[in-house]
Amino acid sequence: MSQSSNQLDALLAGIPYAQYLGVRAELAGDEMTAILPFASHLIGNPMLPAIHGGVLGAFMEMTALAQLSILQGLSRQPKPIDISVEYLRSARGLTTYARADIRKIGRRIANVHVEAWQDTRATPIALLRGHFLLTLKDEDG
Amino acid sequence: MTDSSAETQMRAPAIGRLDWSPHSRALGFEILDVAKGTATLKVAFRDDLIGDPQAGVIAGGVVTALLDHVCGHAVMMGLDSLTPIATLDLRIDYMRAALPGHGVIAKADCYKVTRSIAFVRASAWDLDPNDPVATAQAAFMINSHAEPKSSAS
Repeated sequence: MSQSSNQLDALLAGIPYAQYLGVRAELAGDEMTAILPFASHLIGNPMLPAIHGGVLGAFMEMTALAQLSILQGLSRQPKPIDISVEYLRSARGLTTYARADIRKIGRRIANVHVEAWQDTRATPIALLRGHFLLTLKDEDG
Repeated sequence: MTDSSAETQMRAPAIGRLDWSPHSRALGFEILDVAKGTATLKVAFRDDLIGDPQAGVIAGGVVTALLDHVCGHAVMMGLDSLTPIATLDLRIDYMRAALPGHGVIAKADCYKVTRSIAFVRASAWDLDPNDPVATAQAAFMINSHAEPKSSAS
């Protein structure tokens, strides 16, 4: 396994809330896909049923953090500064996937866009845009 | 809130104290207070909800889920009948991490309801409401099931 892949596994295994949701990740080169298998404790609306909007927000936020964590040279987990979530379609009782796109990375701030989808990537169910605070190794302390 | 009609008084406990969401029950969300157009919820600290084990604080994602949920609850408390709603967007600003080992309380106010949209703002804190860990702003679609079938993609 690559160093990035190890880092990613260590990151997710080290976040109790990620384990609680059941978030996994797959890495192809530097491109990561986060995977959230459906589980009944993720349901927000039992009538549809639909996955809770807060779960999707948290899952996409985690996707952004995970994508940032495989960058080299960070001394600790990035911190979210602000996020904006747009809900496009209801999340059905299916596996949800998400991919993060780092749009800009500066010395202290990263701007990340995340897209979540279920059966078709071309019809995303939710989007997230966020700013994250980075702590670089040479600035730590 | 100023609305103290008999209908609201009767309806508020019926909807307001009811939480039908499996996820919020799984996270242990507790309804502290409800009134017309407003709701206050709490999530207690739990080891499996930690985000950063080094810091021992509740995950940002849990705060995200709590804010989403409290906003939806406030919208339902702001409507005159039980109507399906759906989150359109949710913006969250994170001021700071919660204190290690502490739960989080969130309060939302649905300050405007139009025919199809409800607007909400919310705040989350650990100890002092004037020292928030995060604030949120959201918009909800009202009667989300009543969309014309032809517009579905």
